[in-house]
Amino acid sequence: MSTPNTNAALAATEEQNREFLVFSLGDEEYGIDILKVQEIRGYENVTRIANAPDFIKGVTNLRGVIVPIVDLRIKFRLEKVEYGGQTVVIVLNVGDRIVGIVVDGVSDVMTLTPEQIKPAPEFGVTLSSDFLSGLGSLEDRMLVLVDIDKLLTSDEMALVDSVGE
Amino acid sequence: MDITDFYDTFFEEAEELLADMERHLLAIDVDDPDAEQLNAIFRAAHSIKGGAGTFGFDVLQQTTHLFENLLDHARRGELTLRRDIVDTFLETKDMLHDQLDAYRSDDVPDRAAFDRICRTLQQLAMEEIGQALDGADGMSSEPESPALEPAAAPDDEASSAPDAGAEPEQAPDDGRLVVSLLGVGDKDRDLLVEELEQLGEIEAREGDTDCYRVTLETSVGREDIEAVMCFIVEPEQLRVEAASAPPADESAASTASGAGVTEEVVADKPAPASGETNASEAAPSSSDTASQSDASEAPAGAGKPKPSSKPKKKAKSGGETSSIRVSVDKVDQIINLVGELIITQSMLDQTVSELEDVNHTGLNNGLNLLRRNARDLQEAVMSVRMVPMDYVFSRYPRLVRDLAGKLEKDVELVTEGESTELDKSLTERIIDPLTHLVRNSLDHGLESPEAREAAGKPRTGRLTLSAQHQGGNILIEVIDDGAGLDRDRILAKARSNDLPVSDSMSDDEVWQLIFAPGFSTAQEVSDVSGRGVGMDVVKRNIQNMGGHVEIASVTGEGTTTRIVLPLTLAILDGMSIKVGDEVFILPLSAVLESLQPDKRDLYAMAGDDVVLKVRDEYLPVVPVHEALDVAGARTELDETIAVIVQGEGRRYALLVDDLIGQQQVVVKNLETNYRKVPGVSAATILGDGSVALILDIADLHRLNRTKKEARRGRHPGDVPTPHPKEVEPS
Repeated sequence: MSTPNTNAALAATEEQNREFLVFSLGDEEYGIDILKVQEIRGYENVTRIANAPDFIKGVTNLRGVIVPIVDLRIKFRLEKVEYGGQTVVIVLNVGDRIVGIVVDGVSDVMTLTPEQIKPAPEFGVTLSSDFLSGLGSLEDRMLVLVDIDKLLTSDEMALVDSVGE
Repeated sequence: MDITDFYDTFFEEAEELLADMERHLLAIDVDDPDAEQLNAIFRAAHSIKGGAGTFGFDVLQQTTHLFENLLDHARRGELTLRRDIVDTFLETKDMLHDQLDAYRSDDVPDRAAFDRICRTLQQLAMEEIGQALDGADGMSSEPESPALEPAAAPDDEASSAPDAGAEPEQAPDDGRLVVSLLGVGDKDRDLLVEELEQLGEIEAREGDTDCYRVTLETSVGREDIEAVMCFIVEPEQLRVEAASAPPADESAASTASGAGVTEEVVADKPAPASGETNASEAAPSSSDTASQSDASEAPAGAGKPKPSSKPKKKAKSGGETSSIRVSVDKVDQIINLVGELIITQSMLDQTVSELEDVNHTGLNNGLNLLRRNARDLQEAVMSVRMVPMDYVFSRYPRLVRDLAGKLEKDVELVTEGESTELDKSLTERIIDPLTHLVRNSLDHGLESPEAREAAGKPRTGRLTLSAQHQGGNILIEVIDDGAGLDRDRILAKARSNDLPVSDSMSDDEVWQLIFAPGFSTAQEVSDVSGRGVGMDVVKRNIQNMGGHVEIASVTGEGTTTRIVLPLTLAILDGMSIKVGDEVFILPLSAVLESLQPDKRDLYAMAGDDVVLKVRDEYLPVVPVHEALDVAGARTELDETIAVIVQGEGRRYALLVDDLIGQQQVVVKNLETNYRKVPGVSAATILGDGSVALILDIADLHRLNRTKKEARRGRHPGDVPTPHPKEVEPS
């Protein structure tokens, strides 16, 4: 775990091109592995859960399955958090769990070649580089590639019961 | 396909067979054994042997083989049963179970135990019938050899039999079999002969439609041939026998009966004309001894439903064909889907009820139909999960028998309501507490025969297990007619345990004391019970299942323990309440009453605690909006509604804004995708598709206290404000 970024980059080079779902949080663009995405739906009907961290919006009913909803904008400390018609929930399969994340919008699906994925520099307190699998560079755009598995199962997301709690 | 795919099926079947065997062994009357019961025990052993052979479970196969032989003697009246013999049989059955478990966990069965049980069985045979059992030579001579001699490990009984005994003529070791086709038409006969050609070399064929005999040189086992042929003809039209079965003396025959078989008739429906013994169904030409071995083998075919001439068997084979094994996951998935259907249906209902137009009669009719069908479907699906209490009760006869023997008491076990159905997951969880109660009754409740006689009661104590439905619950009772609970001793014990007691306590309150942790009034700690870890665990287990337990006792007449459980954990009777804009569900079983609190009945206590006086009782008040940080709730205490609830023995008043109504809700686990939430036991989906949380009454009280303490610590005298991060699950 000493050099997770180089590891991730190495792992990426061994594989062929990877596809990412690109979503936006404020003005920033993020990418997550498309294979983790189950579906995309609107933000509605979320039941609040008391005594949970503020970025956990609550739970919703996804065809009979109770799914927790996390607002990544709150988690990443974005200034403007609004819920409107454009607000989108990306439903993800993480491990054997289903989790929804709230984002400002979903733009497209991008294919990145291994060369386009650069290792993420050590930075950020809000989003530790442990949770990044790299940065994707696309002409004038930069995608923050999130290791969503690691992020959502981490202790700080408080989505799973762990010994530390 | 890999044969290991079938292991699980075999294990499950063998388990059932062993349970069957035990049931019969327990029920058997040693003085006048019922032939049908002996047959049933024998058949169970034989079927297990067959399966074990097929799958190469040698140790299991050899044990069952010895056991089977002994049983064979018993059912032919050569072995007179006694209680201790039945005990040995039961021990053997346990051993078989252990071996089965070992195989199931990919382990090797305990060799020493295997040798011991073999010796015990051998010894029993020598003592009681004066002859050794076959198949034993290989074992006793080289008990350490892990690779067992084929002596009694044949998956193909016929071909490996010769090693078993000294008489080589008893089995067709040249692999020649005569297949007789009885009453088979020409067309089918040609087909069959063709099939046989595939299996071996046909040496001769002769006969007519009534009886066509094919002599076959083959290495294929008899049972395999039968299995193949049965696709084309009925089993009773088929007879496979060794090419030659020379007469042997009496002991050789009985030896042969188990190991290899001189001759075997597979007859699904024994010809009614063939007299009352199975032997007469054997080929008329066969010798006396051969017929005798028939008698032992006939009802036990190749692991298929065993036919018998007695009508009792019919039920069993009927049961086997009319049920299928389905994994619980699949059933749960169906239940889930049906739950979804119900929710969709009520969403539709709600939408349509808003349509005022009278032109929608058709739509309304259709919806009504849908509603009814959906409810029926839900009920039907839920019933799939239900299993009869017999599943639970059937394990107690053995326990009671063993314990009664150990404690030197005479006990008669009566079970009632075995067909009462209960959710499968609950039946599994009720076994432990119930076992504890049964042990307690036997150990502490029922007296010794002498004491009973002195008290003017019959020597034999009576322990009754009963189950019955009561509303949406199941009531399980453990009733003994023993000495009853000793009030003075319980009180004395409670005092020495520093529990708050007084002599004026009612009997009921005194009985409740035995549920306190570390409470045991047994004068002596026995290995049966009395260690003081028990009743509190029983109580907790039952409460975890959403039920409760109570005790009634009359000194000198006995004790009754009542367990009340919900029928299922998947559906809950709930009361929906509203706090602010949020809807929560309270388990109806926890709700005692609800009332509008009067300002005069509310008393402030130190700090911000409030108690509510309800009929001479002061109850702590827990406002839901405080515990769960609900915004916009009514905060004026006398504008709210107090719901008196009880959880884990603690009673308190829950303040809510409104009561919405009672409804059945489908319980959904929150932890599947999220985690445990303090104060919340699960979630459910309401008619409008939104999620509502089901409150955990006991946990909510704890949560409220933790929050209060945290609040006090940080903001003394401050107005309560939500601090989401303060309370983490412990």
